[in-house]
Amino acid sequence: MEIRRHEEVLEIAELDPFLAELLRQIPESTKAEGVEAAERRLFSLPIDASEAELCAEWKIYVEPELRRLFQSATETVTADLKPLNGKAKPFANCTLRIPLKNADAWLNALNQARLVIASKFGFTEGELCDHYRSPLGSRRDLSLFQVNFYGFLQEFILQETNGGSSNGGSSSAEI
Amino acid sequence: MDAPFAAATESPLVEQETRSKEAVDLPWQVVVHNDPVNLMTYVTMVFQKVFGFTREKAEKHMLEVHREGRSIVWSGLRERAELYVQQLHGHLLLATLERTN
Repeated sequence: MEIRRHEEVLEIAELDPFLAELLRQIPESTKAEGVEAAERRLFSLPIDASEAELCAEWKIYVEPELRRLFQSATETVTADLKPLNGKAKPFANCTLRIPLKNADAWLNALNQARLVIASKFGFTEGELCDHYRSPLGSRRDLSLFQVNFYGFLQEFILQETNGGSSNGGSSSAEI
Repeated sequence: MDAPFAAATESPLVEQETRSKEAVDLPWQVVVHNDPVNLMTYVTMVFQKVFGFTREKAEKHMLEVHREGRSIVWSGLRERAELYVQQLHGHLLLATLERTN
C-alpha cells in the first residue's frame, strides 16, 4: 500500500483487499452502543461525578451535540469509502481518494474507531506501543493491528494537514 | 493600621459587594489527562487548534500529559472552561474541569 498526497487529495494506492476491508470497517468500528467502556470513553464526564448538577446538564445539552459531531464525521468517511464498495474485482488491489477538506472528519472518525476498539478489548499502553507484536494470531491481535493501521493513517493525515509536508504539493509513505 | 482593620471587620459585606463576578468565578482550570490511544501528534494538533498554542507550547503540554498523566492547559472563568472542555471532548481528548485549589 502506498499513501500519498496529490494537491488537495490524499490517495491510498495499491490497497490490497485485506487493508481495503479494514478501511471499510471504519464506520462500523465507531459504534460504541452496547459497549459500556466505549460509551464511557467517547462521552466522558466533564468534571468529577460529585458535581452532579453539571454532569446532568452536560448529558442533556452537550452530549447530543457531541453525538451529532461524531455522526457527521462518520457519515463523511462513509461517503468517501463508497468507491471501495461493490467492486467488479473484489480481490484486486484498488485506490481510495480522500479530499483534503475531509481530513478533520477522517481524523475524528479514525479516533472514534481506535478508542472504541481499544475500549472493547481493553488494550494496555504496552500493547498499543508494541509495534513488533506478531499480528493476526487472534481476533484481539487483529483488532490491535486495526488500531495501529488507523493510527498510521491519522499520522499521515496530520503530517499533510499540519504543515508537515516539506514540498507542499505531494509526498508519500508506504506500509 | 487600626482604622482600615476595624472598618473591614465591622462591615465585611462591603468587600463581598465590591468583588467582581469574574473574581468570584475565577478558580477553574481545564485539565487534559493521559490516554494511551490518542496519538501524541494528534494531541499537539488539538491543543494548537483549540487554544491557539504555538507548536512548542502545544508539545510542552502534550509531553506533560504523556509523562505526568495530566496537564493544566487553561485556567479562568468557568463558562469558558466548560466550552474548552466541550471542544476537547469533540476531538475525543480526555479532559475535565477542576476548581483551582
